[in-house]
Amino acid sequence: MTERAWIASRKGLFELLKRNERWTIGPVAFLGEPVSMVLADPRDGAVYAALNLGHFGVKLHRKDAGAEHWVEITAPAYPLKPENSADPVDWTVKFIWSMAYGGTDEPGVIWAGTLPGGLFRSTDRGESWSLVQSLWNAPERSEWFGGGYDVPGIHSICVDPRDSRHVLVGISCGGAWVTHDGGSSWALSAKGMHASYMPPERGDEQNVQDPHRIVGATGTPDQLWCQHHNGIWRSGNFGADWHEVSAAPLSNFGFAVAVHPTDGNTAWFAPALADQTRIPTDAALTVSRTTDGGKTFTALRTGLPQQDCYDLVYRHGLAVADDGCTLLMASTTGGVWLSENAGDSWRTISSSMPPVYSVCFG
Amino acid sequence: MATLIFTPQLARFTAAPEIHTDALTLRAGLETAFAANPRLRAYLLDEQGCLRPNVAIFIDGHTVRDHVRLDAPLTAHSKVHVLQALSGG
Repeated sequence: MTERAWIASRKGLFELLKRNERWTIGPVAFLGEPVSMVLADPRDGAVYAALNLGHFGVKLHRKDAGAEHWVEITAPAYPLKPENSADPVDWTVKFIWSMAYGGTDEPGVIWAGTLPGGLFRSTDRGESWSLVQSLWNAPERSEWFGGGYDVPGIHSICVDPRDSRHVLVGISCGGAWVTHDGGSSWALSAKGMHASYMPPERGDEQNVQDPHRIVGATGTPDQLWCQHHNGIWRSGNFGADWHEVSAAPLSNFGFAVAVHPTDGNTAWFAPALADQTRIPTDAALTVSRTTDGGKTFTALRTGLPQQDCYDLVYRHGLAVADDGCTLLMASTTGGVWLSENAGDSWRTISSSMPPVYSVCFG
Repeated sequence: MATLIFTPQLARFTAAPEIHTDALTLRAGLETAFAANPRLRAYLLDEQGCLRPNVAIFIDGHTVRDHVRLDAPLTAHSKVHVLQALSGG
């Protein structure tokens, strides 16, 4: 039963609880601190919160199932940069942009994606971390560039539920990359995406694509959805190739996408006007939903603000629960909405939260 | 012995009591504090060993400009203040 969700915001981590059939904001942790990412691991009930302390750097905390308190654990960090390195990138973690838990066959494995474009793996529930050197050392990394931030970053980590050694990551801007051997080797996996912001002759290059967010469905693991900078793409073979979906209403631009946990044909998007304005079309908030793999979409507005609304939903600001019908959405201007009927109608949880970076159930 | 005094804001996150040290350089003095609380290191220095951009250190009232080597000399009477640099909310 879906009874708890988390809202990671510019001013703390808020717990959202369902009590007496009603969702209400509950306890807050790290009040006043930016929480860039929250991950609930259903394998053991632990919750992870990544902090980005303005003065004192990136920190990571974990709250174990049944525990009352958060405990600080080790945060991902780059190894010492070799003195003779020609890499112009600063080897310091700017913030943790994504986290994912490993397969059921690898308890304790947690992945983290950071700016500037590093992927980290922990085998002990975040007590220690290793930089995935094979991806960090890929020559193509020198071509990655920042999308929304000064440096590139890894925002999406999809672990194949059939094979934990099969992992796909999304990078803004560096395309999608896949490993079949648990991270020992990587290959580009953005074939079919097109970047309209590049010179025409480079638009199809996989390594310059800007997938804003990539998500997969546990029950239909071959199907991945991607909200890209200039469109929506779908893969039917875990990213081996991608096909553009052009039927989305209002706008093909946006950041967030969520996919039904057992039905890969059903996905939700939060469209926004491209490119410089980045506001809801006509200042009215809408969620678009497809249930047929992208052939058609329904624009969902009931319960969402339809006037003077400038809420933007970031990459991790839209989540669907395991039941496939409870959705949580939150914005950069502190709007939080919840739906219990797959997006047909929404209820306002708050319109005055801090800017929200990430939400999840669990 | 030199005295290192840390912003009370650090106490929200990790132990940072006043430290007295025989160290002759700032970095060595900081290492004394890190030895007492290893977690403190990542709050003040990044993984490359440089002072975090929004942390400020004063030695006897003078700003430490070098954030990389951190080899400013300490004397037996030095008072080192480790503070948060002013920045927005």
